Amino acid sequence: MNAISPQRIGALALRYLYLLRSSWIRIVELAYWPTVQMILWGFITRYLAGHSDVLNQATGLLLSGVLLWDILFRSQLGLSVVFFEELHSRNLGQLFISPLQPIELILSLMLVSLARTLIGVGIAVLLAIPFYGFNLFQLGPPLAGFFINLLLMGWAIGLLVSALVLRYGMGAESIAWAAIFALAPLCGIYYPIATLPGWLQPLSWALPASHVFEGMRAVLLQHAFRLDYLLYALLLNVAYLGLGIGVFLAAVHKARERGSLLQSGE
Amino acid sequence: MIAEPVIQVEDLRKHYGPVRAVDGISFEVARGATCALLGGNGAGKTTTIAMLLGLLLPTSGQIRILGEDVPRHRYRVLPRINFSSPYLDLPQRLTVAENLTVYARLYGVRRIRERLATLGRDLDIAAFFKRPYGSLSAGQKTRVALAKALLNEPEILLLDEPTASLDPDTADRMRSILTDYRDRSGATLLLASHNMSEVERLCDQVIMLRTGHVVATGTPRELIHRYGRKDMEEVFLDIARGIQSGEVVE
Repeated sequence: MNAISPQRIGALALRYLYLLRSSWIRIVELAYWPTVQMILWGFITRYLAGHSDVLNQATGLLLSGVLLWDILFRSQLGLSVVFFEELHSRNLGQLFISPLQPIELILSLMLVSLARTLIGVGIAVLLAIPFYGFNLFQLGPPLAGFFINLLLMGWAIGLLVSALVLRYGMGAESIAWAAIFALAPLCGIYYPIATLPGWLQPLSWALPASHVFEGMRAVLLQHAFRLDYLLYALLLNVAYLGLGIGVFLAAVHKARERGSLLQSGE
Repeated sequence: MIAEPVIQVEDLRKHYGPVRAVDGISFEVARGATCALLGGNGAGKTTTIAMLLGLLLPTSGQIRILGEDVPRHRYRVLPRINFSSPYLDLPQRLTVAENLTVYARLYGVRRIRERLATLGRDLDIAAFFKRPYGSLSAGQKTRVALAKALLNEPEILLLDEPTASLDPDTADRMRSILTDYRDRSGATLLLASHNMSEVERLCDQVIMLRTGHVVATGTPRELIHRYGRKDMEEVFLDIARGIQSGEVVE
């Protein structure tokens, strides 16, 4: 194992910065969906607030849910879509004959995903303040724990999806969009995990995001910081991220066996 | 044995199930040599180059580059070599300067601005530094790809069809750039090409492949003499069609 080079990680991150800078549409696109979601759920909250005891108790419940969900979604998409850029531009072969190591590629994808998530969700979070008088930062210090855990889970799924595309080609690209939505009903974004049928609940608790959303509800409804939720989420994330990295590295190894790095593209 | 080989390949094989893309080839290339890897389509040239780069894992055999075992110590070798191929692209939306800057950083090049200015002048690409790579003609892209391959001043430069898609004038200039670079830096060049006059002009060693095997080696002059032909074009046709040296064809 050779030393990891921050310079090479930075070089690849610079490549994505150049790409982002080349088109203002790309920057708008980052914030567009999180903002639209925030506006939609803001109105739903406003309407339901008069009809629901729970929402009366904590008006930010749905908006917090949708904004935290977007952290997970954007971090996953931020990683896998940026990886797909390399496949689309037939640049992967060039990268793999450069001194860039696969682990450095992973770290740069994570760095870019973090930046994209902060831009995309950050704008929606800030706009929610003037639009609905809702400030996500009211969650307090636990927000940092929620953010990190959702980011890690997004990266784990993003790496698994990228590995699938590396193995099965661009035909599997649509999985990048679909994968996370398949998990959404299990994560308890808008409802407690107890709402799910009993047989589904163990599956739900196996997802780090479920612990995060339960933790979020604990803060908003009971004004309690549940460290146990954060720690469970973190433990699960360590396992899933390890799996994601392992599967991605295995997919790269397999691609080197099959010779697909030389022809990878659309 | 040759003096100070910088590329050593021994009994190299790459099998895809029953398909034997490369089937037990061995060769050495000396420091400072310009070696052509020749053969028809499917002879195993690109597969061999991909294995030298570590982009493809061999089924068996040994590859040593600059004294390092490539499959094991790939990342010690990669900063010291480079590769240019019309079959590998660069990000289309990035400008030429942006692409070269990213790769210069990946290769740990110092004084990037100066290096880009030198390459821009040598390869006559400075005029389109600010244009997106995707908007360039095929010939311009080939020159930019060569600039990328020269960024780290490689000790070994691998080239896959370096003058494909170039007009005769630009192709001639490219050959001059390559020979200048080799003569100035003492670098070793290994190129796969279908252009036999290019091989005769540039190369002092030829390795002919056919269906994954080395079928002939020597200097272009030796091969022309051995096959009793007037140039490398005719030697290539003989070898590609499986005609043995000295065999008379009606």
